[in-house]
Amino acid sequence: MNNTSLNNTSLKDVYIEKTRRDFLKKAGAGVTTLALASGVTLMAYPKPAEARNPDEAVDPSKRWGLLIDVNKCTEDCTACVTACSQENGWKLDGNPGIDAQWIRKLKIKNPKGGHEQTFPVMCQHCAKPPCVDVCPTGASFKRADGIVLVDKHICIGCRYCMMACPYKARSFVHEPLSDQKAHAPRGKGTVESCTMCVHRVDRGDQPACVEKCASDGHGALMFGDLNDPNSDIAKRIASYPTKQIRADLGLDTGVRYSNL
Amino acid sequence: MFAIMKRLLSVLVLASAFVLGAPVQADEAQSIASGPQFTLPKDATSCVRDTSFMRRNHMNLLLHNRDETMHNGIRTKKESLQGCINCHVTKDEAGKAIKVSDPKHFCAACHEYAAVKLDCFECHRSTPDTPKDTANIPNIPAHANLLAHNASLLASNANSSGEAKALGTFLKGVAQ
Repeated sequence: MNNTSLNNTSLKDVYIEKTRRDFLKKAGAGVTTLALASGVTLMAYPKPAEARNPDEAVDPSKRWGLLIDVNKCTEDCTACVTACSQENGWKLDGNPGIDAQWIRKLKIKNPKGGHEQTFPVMCQHCAKPPCVDVCPTGASFKRADGIVLVDKHICIGCRYCMMACPYKARSFVHEPLSDQKAHAPRGKGTVESCTMCVHRVDRGDQPACVEKCASDGHGALMFGDLNDPNSDIAKRIASYPTKQIRADLGLDTGVRYSNL
Repeated sequence: MFAIMKRLLSVLVLASAFVLGAPVQADEAQSIASGPQFTLPKDATSCVRDTSFMRRNHMNLLLHNRDETMHNGIRTKKESLQGCINCHVTKDEAGKAIKVSDPKHFCAACHEYAAVKLDCFECHRSTPDTPKDTANIPNIPAHANLLAHNASLLASNANSSGEAKALGTFLKGVAQ
């Protein structure tokens, strides 16, 4: 009899756990309120990026960043890469020498112990970006909210920034393009890289990779304001150890990794 | 007598050539007088400014907005390039939006007529964006190649000492 009741309890617990997880997944994917019954709503997670009025300039008190939990990232999953490709309209042509490098997954292995990890690497949105330092035209720039971008209107395609970036996060468009995404213009003769989905952030959404990792992947990516001590990302960085790749360069990256 | 007939004949030939050629010249004259041929949007009266202003200053509005959007993240719909493209769309017989490579495209019609090079569409798309256009984008097998490439790099770095060095060398090696 005890066994039966225990079994019942555990099944119920499993059910609750499952629905809780589903709910959190949905909430993480940008759903801000959940209708419980007509007229009754439950506030879930607030949107990490509050939508600005479209005619307001970016808020310099913010600094957008990403936190990537390497333990949650699995080798067989490319949800973030696919999402970025779909969102921004780039394709891989199987030529790593000239392919777009907005986001790619790396696998690292400790040669001593053989321990392997995979994780995505994209533009690290440095506070002191070397790509901006070397740009001769001012095309490579850091927005007031910390997002590093290429202004393709004034990019002359010299590719100094690609040389300067220690993360190899930038790539050059070699071929003429058409039918780009309206929110992600890209063209031959200019350098491009991860924009942290600046068009989505400006309307209060999360970057496509973060949203897709939460819904189809393993919830390894977190997006938010590093400067806001009450944001989920800042709280997590304050309470758990995190790393910056090549922290020795002192670039103060906006993309952080935990369990790396 | 023969010489006079020959002269008359040549005059006749010239005259007939003039008469036959006349309609062609008239067509050309008409098209020059009426300017470039393009289709206006159905609701052509509601452009963001009046026509004479837009004819002379559309590039200034776009230039101003481009810097505001790029550097300050100001994304007002009014006077945005996307707004222009969505409204000034020209469709072909099949109802498909035509690209700027077609001289019937609203922007191309004038720019070709005036012989002014149009740079916007080197990067921006010249038709309204539709979700359908990006349905078949993922092409991730190349990503698997990259992982294999990484693995071979790892093998060549097998003798490096320490985790930090491995990561550093590895990241440096990936794009080489």
